[in-house]
Amino acid sequence: MAVNLKHFLALGAVVLTTAALAWAGSDTQPKAKGAPQPVISKAVKGEQCVEPTEYMRRNHMVVLDGHRDKAVIEGIRTKKYSLKECINCHASEKTGSVAAAKDDFCISCHSYTSVKIDCFECHSTKPKGSIAMHPLNAETAHLKHKLAANTKTTVSAEEMAGVAQ
Amino acid sequence: MSELNQNAENAAASPERRRFIGAATATAAGLAIVPGVMLYEVAHGRAEDQAASSAVRWGMLVDATKCATGCDDCVTACNTENGLTPVAESAHPKQAPQWIRKLELQDPLTQMETNLPMMCQHCAEPPCVDVCPTGASFKRADGLVLVNRHTCIGCRYCMMACPYKARSLVHESLNDTQKPDVPRGIGCVESCTFCVQKIDRGDGTTACVEACTASGHNALIFGDMNDPESEISKKLRELPTKQVRADLNLNLGVRYHGI
Repeated sequence: MAVNLKHFLALGAVVLTTAALAWAGSDTQPKAKGAPQPVISKAVKGEQCVEPTEYMRRNHMVVLDGHRDKAVIEGIRTKKYSLKECINCHASEKTGSVAAAKDDFCISCHSYTSVKIDCFECHSTKPKGSIAMHPLNAETAHLKHKLAANTKTTVSAEEMAGVAQ
Repeated sequence: MSELNQNAENAAASPERRRFIGAATATAAGLAIVPGVMLYEVAHGRAEDQAASSAVRWGMLVDATKCATGCDDCVTACNTENGLTPVAESAHPKQAPQWIRKLELQDPLTQMETNLPMMCQHCAEPPCVDVCPTGASFKRADGLVLVNRHTCIGCRYCMMACPYKARSLVHESLNDTQKPDVPRGIGCVESCTFCVQKIDRGDGTTACVEACTASGHNALIFGDMNDPESEISKKLRELPTKQVRADLNLNLGVRYHGI
């Protein structure tokens, strides 16, 4: 009986190890150990963030915090550190939002680091306007590659890369 | 209007011409005594890096004699602009936030009916600001009484202090239905902002006033009460107006004619 149990456990361990290796080796899953790494997709619009990427990764909350008080209390609505502008550039191509799905820009890192994000209790997670209504709206310009994809004209890979950046 | 013209001209203009137009507009915008000092502060064209100034006091004049029975275009426009769910469509109508309400009053003696919209009166001495324990309820330099949702704890003292029943608490999660320009959310008190997003954009008007004008009733006038040449200042000089509960000495930003 005891021998049978041992065999059974050993077999179970082999099966589990094989499954784990297969999961780690597959292309769809991140290869790192532990929690899945956050997916950081490049901003659809714009080439460079308002500050260097490394600075923004660590300090975006500081600049947003400073900007929000000036905007709400004094009415200084500069665009540079505005949350609305973050959303305009970083909204995902799939969901059109920065926080609707697991892989969206804000949620991806915040869930990885287990930091609760309160911004979107009140703030909209989507940029202003819709592409269907206003194809030439400056505020929806970041979705123009979608319009381009819908047209029949051929768009070269270089052009698409330029738009995507 | 001038902005539209400018855009049209800019389309075909050379950089030099653009610069000239910019300079001309800047000169026309205010009389410069010496560089940096203006005779008139320009209310509408505040640059985005400029703080709201106490040289301006935004106000509204409601002409109750022109406010039509059964018309609620101002309420609808407010809901649309600010992303509020109309009371009729709300799952809990009794607690649905309302920024502007349409009132129909009747004199019990004479049966005379009066129509008027009631909203935040943007007091110069706002009781809601006095009672707020966190400083979230505040008066901006240009006279707008607003709620800083970053510090509001939803205690509702301001709702109790307001003599005009102008404030609402958001009881339920809004599930990302907010407008990008108008953040609002569960657990915070809110009220009419005089469409602060439009003011800061330079529109110089509010959604309700635009709707009232569009419907042809022209019962609402919005503008800078500190500017003697503004439409609202001229009308206030002409018409006899009242403040609701004037006995409270709150110096209201909304004045009523015909009540």
